[in-house]
Amino acid sequence: MGGDTILRDVDLELGPSTTLGLFGANGAGKTTLLRLMATLLPPSSGRGTVLGVDLAGNGCLDVRREIGYVGHTPALYSELTLEENLRFAAAICGLPDGEASEALDAVGLKGAAGRRAEACSHGMLRRAEFAVQLFRKPRLLLLDEPHSALDADAVDLVDSLVARTTDAGGAAVLVSHDRDRVNAIADRTVELKAGTLV
Amino acid sequence: MTASMWSQTRAVTERDLLRERRRGEVFWITIPFGAIALVMFPLAIGIDAVLLERIGPGVFWVIVMLFGILVSVRQAATETTAQRDALNLLGLEPAAGFAGRSLAAAILLLIFEIVLGVIVIVLYDLPATGLGWLIVMFPLVAIGLAMLGSIASGVVATGHSGAGLVPFLVAPLSVPLLLSATQALEGLRLGRPMLSWIVLMVIIVLVLAVLGTLTARPLQESR
Repeated sequence: MGGDTILRDVDLELGPSTTLGLFGANGAGKTTLLRLMATLLPPSSGRGTVLGVDLAGNGCLDVRREIGYVGHTPALYSELTLEENLRFAAAICGLPDGEASEALDAVGLKGAAGRRAEACSHGMLRRAEFAVQLFRKPRLLLLDEPHSALDADAVDLVDSLVARTTDAGGAAVLVSHDRDRVNAIADRTVELKAGTLV
Repeated sequence: MTASMWSQTRAVTERDLLRERRRGEVFWITIPFGAIALVMFPLAIGIDAVLLERIGPGVFWVIVMLFGILVSVRQAATETTAQRDALNLLGLEPAAGFAGRSLAAAILLLIFEIVLGVIVIVLYDLPATGLGWLIVMFPLVAIGLAMLGSIASGVVATGHSGAGLVPFLVAPLSVPLLLSATQALEGLRLGRPMLSWIVLMVIIVLVLAVLGTLTARPLQESR
């Protein structure tokens, strides 16, 4: 991947119904690893499989629908309201509008459904993105700094989203600097140092 | 559950039109500037009715092409990396994304063409005849330009090349469309046969549709 080495000998296996906490210093490659697992970034070398599909193969396209990823930057459209954003996501997934409304209600954003994303706080946008994962029900849930900018209720929401995924037989990976919070819900934790998990 | 190609296309089109309605870039920036550009020609050339009538079709289409490409590239290039990632994971079919973006841009371009068309008829003293042909011609150009813009912005979004590549990519590909549209409008003005030019426009649009559909997935995956 370009001139600098980003990750190297990462070795990771994640079984069903497992929550993994992933720690590491800034720039350690945590987000890169999450994007690799989300099939959004092809590996330049080495091999890996996600949900039984080779990361370097074309099969990635088929499993993407089963991967939920909430990254640092909100993926909502600033000109659209929260409800319009969620309805759009639901429409792409082939789900009825009602799913979007229910999910907004579930994350405590029913009152702000008509507010444009550009007028929402970062915490509200994150809640809305968690709402998308609620109706998508992914088998692999990847959350990058899920607890940042969240109030106590929303932190509980992250925990319940993770629990719902793992209870259904899926797996979750949480990248975070909040070790205490992640330790409380993760089955195991690893630290990324110089491209190696320790 | 998986959405059909059509419902995904419709969702993307509705999203883009809603975003444009809230931003108002086409209605409050592009259309007024396009109109000003049309007005500038008579001011620069002087009131030479014969000359204006002769150059009218060419000037109209050149302005539609220049501003139209800006509209379609802008419409398709406003997605952030996070939004593209989210669409990939939601399961948006690349071809549906291409079709939806192109359709939204084509609708906006059609409105742009109609507004500028009225201005050019008034200012350039063009005969307002052949409405049936215009109903065929305007959507064809709008769809062609919209698809061209979507393909170009898809290439730019790969990150392998900057936005500066867009004019070099778009200019040669838009020439056949510009030429056939100008000749068709000229044929309408002079009462000459124009079917062959319309057929050429249809062929160009079909080629762009196939090209856009086939390149949608590779372009998406190389981002």
